[in-house]
Amino acid sequence: MESFIQLLVSGLATGAIYALIAVGFSLLWQTSHTINFAQGEFVMLPAFFILAVMNAGAPFWLAALIGIVLSVIVLGLLFKVVIVDPMLKYGVLPLVISTIALSLFLKEAAKDFYSSQAQPFPTLVPATDLAVFGAVVSTQSLAVLAVAITTVVALHLLLHKTRLGRSMQATAQNPTLAKILGIQVERMVLYTFLLNAVLVAIASILITPIYLAKFTNGEVLGMAAFLAAIIGGFNQVRGAILGGLILGVLDNLSAVYLSSQYRGAFPLLILIAVILLRPHGLLGRAEERTV
Amino acid sequence: MNRFGAIALGAAAIVAIVAPFFLRRYGIYLISMWAVLTIAAIGLNLTLGYAGQVSLAQGAFVGIGAYTVALLTQAGWPYPVAFVCAGALCFAIGWLLGYPALRVQHHYLAFVTLAFTTLVFLVLRNEEWLTNGIYGINGIDRPVLFGWSTGSALDFYFFCLGMLAFLSATTWWMLRSPWGRAFLALRENPIRALSLGLDTRRYTLMAFAIGSSLGGMAGALYAPLVQFIEPNSFALGLSFNLLLMVIVGGSGFFFGPFVGALVAVLLPEWTRFTEGYYLLIYAALVMVMMAFCPSGLLGLVGRVSKAMTRRAPSPPLLRVEGTDP
Repeated sequence: MESFIQLLVSGLATGAIYALIAVGFSLLWQTSHTINFAQGEFVMLPAFFILAVMNAGAPFWLAALIGIVLSVIVLGLLFKVVIVDPMLKYGVLPLVISTIALSLFLKEAAKDFYSSQAQPFPTLVPATDLAVFGAVVSTQSLAVLAVAITTVVALHLLLHKTRLGRSMQATAQNPTLAKILGIQVERMVLYTFLLNAVLVAIASILITPIYLAKFTNGEVLGMAAFLAAIIGGFNQVRGAILGGLILGVLDNLSAVYLSSQYRGAFPLLILIAVILLRPHGLLGRAEERTV
Repeated sequence: MNRFGAIALGAAAIVAIVAPFFLRRYGIYLISMWAVLTIAAIGLNLTLGYAGQVSLAQGAFVGIGAYTVALLTQAGWPYPVAFVCAGALCFAIGWLLGYPALRVQHHYLAFVTLAFTTLVFLVLRNEEWLTNGIYGINGIDRPVLFGWSTGSALDFYFFCLGMLAFLSATTWWMLRSPWGRAFLALRENPIRALSLGLDTRRYTLMAFAIGSSLGGMAGALYAPLVQFIEPNSFALGLSFNLLLMVIVGGSGFFFGPFVGALVAVLLPEWTRFTEGYYLLIYAALVMVMMAFCPSGLLGLVGRVSKAMTRRAPSPPLLRVEGTDP
């Protein structure tokens, strides 16, 4: 039982990070029909920004801030202006291909211009273990959970309690009507890209101490984001959060109780089951725009 | 096809036949690899170019085909039987995989096939009793067909080239048959095809299954070409590469995969001088191409020749969605 709680907490912590990535992923899909196949690489990259700034002598907190700003510029603004905007007129498919190429590009760039070796990355809190109800829980897991929950709550408040957030939601649900009502649709779409960049940068700061900074990190993380978004529901922020948590917990539990060799396979089986039984995800609505 | 196209095709065929006599062993290996990858890319082009679905499983099907042939021939089965088994097995798996994915929504196939490729990799790596795990399978013999031993690099190249000619002619014939016209209708205007009474979902599934089967057959040639197979060769990277080949050549163009595979095989050799930066450059080129000419190199050729002659557009068979006037 103790080990179960331990696994549950660390699973929830990883799951919360997956959820952040998946939320950004589904936000992009909702507002601009961008399926970002480079989402995993978007999480891999900010860690390298931060490491590069730290190598220049900055302390971690400053480097993290600069890293977030850099990813907002590169992965938010530049991604939107340089990659997505010229492609939108061709429809979904060429953009999918382009983001696949982008994922390859970012991976290679991190390898060629930084290092092909895994780099250590500073943790948010010193790693010690706490005893909770007899189970040993690492402070790192708790810190990750705290940051992720804060981020999700902040995002929720932004999307539901502010005028800006409601405009963004309106844009996602019906761009034409939103435009008629005087919402600057283009700007709202841009904001979701910037928001996604912030989310992946936070996810990067949380996950990299666990995974180390490697150029291949994106492969696993991107996959996790897709799976979480589909399992939870592609068109729902809540769905992506639920999907991420399920995935993280399931991944941890199945590795220990079922088979560590096939650890990667269980989420995929869940995916296939979800697609067969509830194609629009656990919390998703059937899409209104099907063609 | 117009006269210019026929001349280009004839010239390309002559080059393909004559080239190996001027090449050394490694060069012959490269063009054999081109022939094999082209077959896999033709299969993917059916799914992507005609049915408009992104599949990231083609590399996995190549892997399934390669392992099928390696295991069966080492168990003493004759190569042609193993070859047919590889194709049939991939057809069946493609059908089973495509069925749930295509039943629901577009774009789902991309994710399901992504998951499938990872699953296949895990099975190949973990089921050591069958696949010998990470150590792979060694010493796969090249077949002797009707007394013709394809053991030498040159002979095996001609075997691959022959299979490429045969399979692409079959695909061409299939696309020309009344039944295959449905694929074209699917690409040109899926909604209209649906309203004309075509069961688009079934045809999309069929395109995917046939494409998977071609992937399996490419794998059946890959195993004796390389003579050593291991799970990593068939991981997600190969599927991405095949996808980019189809796109770079021009998806929906019959000869797109031929061009795309050629670029994918030759570019790493020609850009050796850039050392590690080859993939970086390749990825950047693909992105630039998608922004300016999403219909690929053949689409670019078509666009240039159209601008030069300023005549009627190319015949509808070779048109790509999104570029219609």
